[in-house]
Amino acid sequence: MLEPVYSPAFKKHPLQWIQINLFYDWFSSVMTLLVGYLLVSFLPALIDWIFISADWFGSSREDCSGEGACWVFIGARFDQFIYGFYPPEEYWRVNLATVLLIALMVPLFFENFTKKAWLIAFLLIGYPVIAKILFAGGVFGLEQVDTEQWGGLMLTLIIATVGIIASLPIGILVALGRRSEMPIIRWLCVSFIEVMRGVPLITILFMASVMLPLFMPEGVSFDKLMRAMIGITLFQAAYMAEVIRGGLQAIPKGQYEAADSLGLNYFQKMGFIILPQALKLVIPGIVNTFIALFKDTSLILIIGLFELSGIMKAALNDPDWLGFAIEGYLFAALIYWIFCFGMSRYSMRVEAKLNTGHR
Amino acid sequence: MKKLLTTAAISATIIMGASAQAGTLDDVKKKGFLNCGVSTALPGFSNPTDKGSWKGIDVDTCKAVAAAVFGDANKVKYVPLTAKERFTALQSGEVDLLSRNTTWTLTRDGGLGLNFAGVNYYDGQGFMVSKKLGVKSAKELDGATVCVQAGTTTELNLADYFRTNKMSFKPITFDTADQTASAFDSGRCDVLTSDQSQLYALRIKLKNPKGAIVLPEVISKEPLGPVVRQGDDEWFNITKWSLNAMINAEELGVTQANVDKMKKSDNPNIQRLLGVTGGMGSKLNLGDEWAYNIVKQVGNYGESFERNVGEGSPLKIQRGINALWNKGGFMYAPPIR
Repeated sequence: MLEPVYSPAFKKHPLQWIQINLFYDWFSSVMTLLVGYLLVSFLPALIDWIFISADWFGSSREDCSGEGACWVFIGARFDQFIYGFYPPEEYWRVNLATVLLIALMVPLFFENFTKKAWLIAFLLIGYPVIAKILFAGGVFGLEQVDTEQWGGLMLTLIIATVGIIASLPIGILVALGRRSEMPIIRWLCVSFIEVMRGVPLITILFMASVMLPLFMPEGVSFDKLMRAMIGITLFQAAYMAEVIRGGLQAIPKGQYEAADSLGLNYFQKMGFIILPQALKLVIPGIVNTFIALFKDTSLILIIGLFELSGIMKAALNDPDWLGFAIEGYLFAALIYWIFCFGMSRYSMRVEAKLNTGHR
Repeated sequence: MKKLLTTAAISATIIMGASAQAGTLDDVKKKGFLNCGVSTALPGFSNPTDKGSWKGIDVDTCKAVAAAVFGDANKVKYVPLTAKERFTALQSGEVDLLSRNTTWTLTRDGGLGLNFAGVNYYDGQGFMVSKKLGVKSAKELDGATVCVQAGTTTELNLADYFRTNKMSFKPITFDTADQTASAFDSGRCDVLTSDQSQLYALRIKLKNPKGAIVLPEVISKEPLGPVVRQGDDEWFNITKWSLNAMINAEELGVTQANVDKMKKSDNPNIQRLLGVTGGMGSKLNLGDEWAYNIVKQVGNYGESFERNVGEGSPLKIQRGINALWNKGGFMYAPPIR
């Protein structure tokens, strides 16, 4: 048997690399020069504005020279961007919940950790209860912190996490329901998906925040954050259902028939045979929906909740800090990017791990 | 869609309005704090500070009512509301008082089941021009290029004003106030028009704020004030007179600093205001120190104005029409007697 032969090793000389990649023909040469020119003309000014001429230290707008970016503004408001109006002496509760979450997630990344199912079950059932107690307080001698005081990145993450965790199972159920042979269930699921997908998220949030209170007896108020979370979750669940339906349809009929002929009932068939394959197929779609959900949380600022972009907008309207919109929005964009990029990288890892070579 | 929602909201509020119950004062006292609806952020009117508290001239109205009711201006829970939510929030009882730069108009007063309890800021559309232009009055703006926010009443008022004065202009429209300001900054237009309170906030954002001036003409009426639910006269009175107490205090020269000394004043007006004589508070179902607490903890109207939007703030808005009636403005409160 012959050893596999690789293509001849071709160690490129840097000049060759440049020739092949940057100046392959006249078109790529022109593009290279054009892009190079743009970089040379914009980049130094941008770097100068962001780093060199920028003001980093101080406490008020007097500390800003106005020649570069004024990061003093971000510094002065940093706690608020992260925690919103959460009382500063209670920040430790938010930090503790975050550290706990990270500590619980770390074992999931180790291949040889065997009790993953239990840990995931705890993460989905036990942890939210602990987090709720820590965030809201009011029991075990913890001071009560109303949801109106939650804000900033913390609120963005809470809404995104709740939305992600809740929309996936709802989406799976609805997707299965839509392909069900029972007409009532099928029609219920189809109408849920079509109604939720047929209107913009803003409409749903408005309904939840403006219309809903009118239909309730006076004095009965239903937490605004709760209303927003339910709205976002149901909205994303409809999208999730369609993504998962795509996966279900991609599974060959033979798999269904094979499961049936083994004598598995519906739930066994779906749980052991179909869903594991279908979900794996649609990981990119699921993560895409998660990322969309994460960014959609910024829409709740229109119902007066101060998540990251809302609190940024509020801070930019402080008369003491008027005129630092570019710095503020750059900072917010950076945070959004970090989280979305993280999710995207994680999904690539999961895909690679679950790749069984069918593709 | 928007129209449909508004119609639905209005018809629903009318139904609710009929069932609006009296007793807001008792509810507020039982809760132990005042739910006050404010703007999510409007410079000088209501905005969160870096400490997480709220400040602004609208916020001070909330504080004044809390001081009158509880004797403690800090017993307020601020509910940030967007322009679209504000009336529903008031109608549904989510807030007890709406103090959110809301313009007093007939439609709102009559059609929404609401009562305007007074005016805490007379706003109106104005013009900002570069000093270099050398213009002193809006009447000299014939042929000017004007930056304006699209789709607002501002745009309509602008056209009306120029037509009435038989002048021509070239509008350049933008979607947001910030875009309008940066276009003005880069010299794309000679004039920037918006509500005056906005103009001062936009001016700070310019590269050279001192190079621009706000012209004296005001071409529209935008009286802003606190709003309560219709059908609860007791609460309506408390809100109305909390604001009046601040204005009267300024007129009588009672300030946060001298209020304790003023208690010994011989002036019967001051004595009645501060509850030394007359028992005015009980007529509002409040303690007699109600106005004393307002002035002591929040200050008089002038102090609130200067601190939030006037010389003591970065906005540096002139008193103008918001000066007292005896100093050339519109601020006039009925007497406390």
